[in-house]
This record gives sequence, C-alpha cells and structure tokens, in this order.
Amino acid sequence: MNNGELNEKYKEWDKKTEEILKKYPERGEFKTTWGGETKRLYTPLDVGDYSNIGFPGEYPFTRGVQPTMYRGKLWTMRQYAGFGNAEESNKRYKYLLEQGQSGLSVAFDLPTQIGYDSDDPHSLGEVGKVGVAIDSLSDMETLFDGIPLDKVSTSMTINSTASILLAMYMTVGEKQGVSREKLRGTIQNDILKEYIARGTYIYPPQPSMRIITNIFEFCSKEMPLWNTISISGYHIREAGADAVQEVAFTLADGIEYVKAAIEAGLDPNLFGRRLSFFFASHNDFLEEIAKFRAARRMWAKIMKERFGVTNHSAMRLKFHTQTSGSTLTAQQPDNNIVRVTIQALAAVLGGTQSLHTNSRDEALALPTEESVRIALRTQQIIGYESGVPKTVDPLAGSYYIESLTDSIEKRAFDYIDKIEKMGGMVKAIEAGYVQQEISNRAYEYQQAIESEKQIVVGVNKFTSEEEPLKTTLKVNDDAEKEQIKKLRILKKGRDNEKVENALKRLENVAKSDENIMYPIVDAVKAYATIGEIANVMRKVFGEYKESITL
Amino acid sequence: MIKVMIAKPGLDGHDRGAKVVAKALRDAGMEVIYTGIRQTPEQIAQSAVDEDVDVLGISILSGAHMKLVPKILELLKKMGSNMPVFVGGIIPKEDAKRLKEIGVVEVYGPGTPTSEIAEQVRKFVEHSNA
Repeated sequence: MNNGELNEKYKEWDKKTEEILKKYPERGEFKTTWGGETKRLYTPLDVGDYSNIGFPGEYPFTRGVQPTMYRGKLWTMRQYAGFGNAEESNKRYKYLLEQGQSGLSVAFDLPTQIGYDSDDPHSLGEVGKVGVAIDSLSDMETLFDGIPLDKVSTSMTINSTASILLAMYMTVGEKQGVSREKLRGTIQNDILKEYIARGTYIYPPQPSMRIITNIFEFCSKEMPLWNTISISGYHIREAGADAVQEVAFTLADGIEYVKAAIEAGLDPNLFGRRLSFFFASHNDFLEEIAKFRAARRMWAKIMKERFGVTNHSAMRLKFHTQTSGSTLTAQQPDNNIVRVTIQALAAVLGGTQSLHTNSRDEALALPTEESVRIALRTQQIIGYESGVPKTVDPLAGSYYIESLTDSIEKRAFDYIDKIEKMGGMVKAIEAGYVQQEISNRAYEYQQAIESEKQIVVGVNKFTSEEEPLKTTLKVNDDAEKEQIKKLRILKKGRDNEKVENALKRLENVAKSDENIMYPIVDAVKAYATIGEIANVMRKVFGEYKESITL
Repeated sequence: MIKVMIAKPGLDGHDRGAKVVAKALRDAGMEVIYTGIRQTPEQIAQSAVDEDVDVLGISILSGAHMKLVPKILELLKKMGSNMPVFVGGIIPKEDAKRLKEIGVVEVYGPGTPTSEIAEQVRKFVEHSNA
C-alpha cells in the first residue's frame, strides 16, 4: 500500500471512528507533557521515511551509541549514595558493591558542594545531610578506604567545587598505587544547570566556565579515561521542565561548554569524547523513550554540523539516567516501587549507559538500606529477567515512538534557536528566562494536579488512610559535631606553612590565565580544606547573585 | 491584603516547591515576597520584620530544618515579632511534631494542595490578628 492509498484508508477509518465517538466518547483530551496533541492513532503517515534512523553505533546514533548495546554489557547500575560522615558512607558503598552494584556514585553534603568547611556558619544544620561531609583529603581517604579505585568507576555529583574533589580523588588513587591515567569515573561539573535549577553555584558564570575548561584541559593530559562533565537535564526536569525543555536546555548548556572549550584552544574531537550527559526518566513511558533517542540524534548533529567534529566518538551522547524523584509520593510510598520500575524500563529502552533507581521512601527521608536494595533489584530484574536487553533499540519503527522522537527533536531545536538569539545560555540564564520557563511549567503541573486533570495515584485519587512507612533513615545528629572536631584536629596536625604557600600560589594562578587545576592539586595534597581553597577563589572571582524570578 | 514571605534558608537549592507555593498564594490574592535561595536565618528574620509581613513560610528539603527553623523562631522572638511561621519540605513526622511544639503553626509535606495552604494561611493571619 502506498501512502496515498494508506491516507484514504486512514480517512475512512477516522470517519467511522468519529461516528462511534458520538455514542462512546473518549475519556478526555490527550496531550504530551509539553501540551502538544497526542493523536488517537499513529501510522506510517506520521513518520516519513526511515533514512534518518540509521544504525546503532553509527551517526546520528538515534538507535544507540554502541552497535551491540546491552548484548555486550548491561548498563552500569549505579546508586547515588552518601550521608553523614566518611566512615558511614564508606560502609554503604561497600554494601552496595557486595549487592552487585557495578559503579559508585557519591552524594556530597551541601557545604562540600558549595565550598564551605563544616565549621563555617553557613554550614549550620547542613553537615552530612544530603550527602557525605568532606572537608579535606583526609575525609576522602576514609571515604574510599578499602575500595580499589582501579576496579570501580566513580561518579561524583559535584559542580562548583568539582576541581577540588577531583584533585582529592586523584590523590587518593595515587596513595592506593593507582596512577591518574587509569582512573575511571565522572564529575558532574555542570555549573550552568546550577544557576538554572540546582543552586550549588559559587562564582559568577565567566570564572566558572574558565575553571571548567581548565578541568577539560587537565584531564585530556592527565586523566584520559575520566568523563570531565555530566551535562545534566535531570535537575532541570525535576525543577518542573517538560521533556522538550529538558532536552533543549541541556543541549543548549552543552553547546555553551563546547564553545568555551574551543575558545580556550581545545580540540572538540578530543574533549568531545569525554563529555557525558545526565537525564531524568519521568512517568510518561513512551515519551521518555523518544526523548532519549531524540537527544542522542540532536547532539550528534550539533557536534558534526555546528562544531565540525569528525571523530565519531566525539559525537556520541552517552548518558546516565535517574528515575524522577519529583514523581515519588509521600502517600502510599510502596506505589513508588512501581513508578520507578516504569521509569527505569523507559531509560533502558532509551539506551542509557548507567542508571540510578530511586527508593520508595525518598519523599519522606533518605532511603533505608532495605529500600535501596529493592531499587537496585528493580534494575537487576529488568536486566536479567525482562528480556528487554536482548535486542538493540527494540521500539524503533513504532510509528508513535518515531513520530515523538522527530517531534521532540524539532521542538527542542526551536528552543535552542531561541536561546541562541538571546546570545546563548549564559545570557538566557542571567536574564532569568530559562528559570521562568521552568517555574511556569512547574506551576501549571501543580494546577493540573489540583484540578485533577493530572491524576496522581494515592494523592488526588485512590487515596486511603494508611500509616506511612515506619522506618526511615535518620542521619546521625552528631555528624556535624564529629566533623567539626575532626577538622580542628586536622588543622592542628598539618604543616600550616605548606598550606599557606599552596594557597598563595593558587591565588596567583587564579589571577593569571594558567590552568588552575595544578595549584589545586598541590593545595589538596597539603591538606588544605575545601573552604580554604574555595575562599581563595571567592576572593579572586567574586560570588554569583541569583536572579530571582517568580 | 495579606502579606506573605516565602523564604529558603540554609544551602538548599530545591526551590520548586517554594516557587509553586509563592505563585499559588499570589494567585489567591496575597502579596508575596520570595527571598530566593541560600538565605541565612538572620537575613530571613530581619527582612520578615522589615517588610512587616503577616506570615512567614519556610521551605527546606535538605534536612537542616531542626537547626534552621528554631533559629529563625528565636530571632523573630528577639525582635519582638510573633508572626505565624509555617514550614514546607521533606520533614519527618517526629520532627514536624517537635517544630509545632516550639511554635511553628503548620508543617506541609509533599502532595499538599496549594489551595489548602492558602486557606490555612488566611486562618493563621486572622488568628494572630485576633
């Protein structure tokens, strides 16, 4: 049947269906998360020709970044964890590795992420809460004690202080006898989304971008296996963005980093291979699968067409996925296990390289060990029982999936063009444009829940009176006191002259255009604290002020 | 017109909830001041008093609530203010109970309808003016 004939048949069918609707109307309107129309039926008429789909492992990578995908190796199962002090977190990592987790993912507390020592007044109440407290190399040595850094890959969610934590990780590796060029892992290092959505910025955009390009350069020379950035849509989505906005804003951030690195004289064919991405997997199953495929194709096009990259591995969008925390409900928390399963399955069908599955109790507190185990088992069931990883990109060719993939690509490119016209992502952020777009969407979503246009099971429908989970994790309240005590002992015991010299040199390099990573490594080795190092840079670079939008 | 301040103390950057509640209260006809993230307890108490707001809402999702909220209450008291203070975020049950014992008027967890918050904010203000 050719398209003309098909179109005739489709119209006939549609007409008949409209008749039926008079008697049996549909449940309501059906829309995508960005408010686009979802048709009743998708046919070959919606997908055009298939020539742009290509093959896995080949440009434009719609079907995956490797030719064999999960037939070769399953995705890395990587649960984000960290709380309290370094000893407690070290125990949790060892537990997760024993349970069959294949990589580590470190959560740091907010003072560590924002460059304050545990005894800084700004750190009050925050020490060890959302992650592990790290003040100096000494804590980092404890954190990875007994974990062979040549065997595991480690992802660190760290941004404005990424340079410092990377220097610490590298030094711990050296102390274990693992040289820096063998270390494998990722630092998030994505400052732009901190201004947009996550909030752990320190310095203004310009010096922050300089630090990032310094890290790119340092790693290309010293740590060739390290992923130097994880350009993150996750937090943008969690702040309320829809699927199109998530892709558009993330790739627009990516463009900004590539531009900055090229301006700094780096070769995108080289550093492009060490870029990685991080997305959320939300509730709308099919839309999410299409989103991952669209993002992959778009990035390949951007690198090739816009930046003239010729090396294929520098065009590949490799990504980590986390299931969506904002979809977890405090009500009927066991239902979250089901949500997480659906979201994790979408990530796998979308071709993720690594995955974190959220735990059922995370709308209430940090997860207990039992909840984390169920979350990890969910991935293992998908990996070893569901059959989904047997073939590459199994949903390709579905009229709906392909049509959604095209549609997300088109809409996201429109957004990117708009941002380019505003002068790029830094300008768009400084104007508050991106933040406003996201918070408007978040508010619309909340209104949809309250008007029951959007059903959330257990929250605005199918509610029941039930006791919430009895056990939730309590972070040791003494963590703050203990951490401050350790810090005082450290400061007394180290060679303080050596620290001062290292900090002085850091200040001089910060003021120059030399690479800032080298003096940071020296300061870290002298056991200078995160607060001391960040404060030197605060003095030279200044601090960012949020543009408040409502 | 009821004047509300929505504040984010500490280092927590999760501002989705704070912004959604701020917008909802504004749409419910209140005047809303949103402080932005990373405010110290001192900054929050001082500007709540300076702006002479009727009610203060504090949003925390980082787990620092048991240190930061009591501090803000204490500072307000010192400044002679008895404005009602409510809290939103990821607050475990036993902590919510404790916060109410020390003077917080209500603690809202995930899934709370904003219409419910707006309605209750009106009551807090009526009650404190009575």
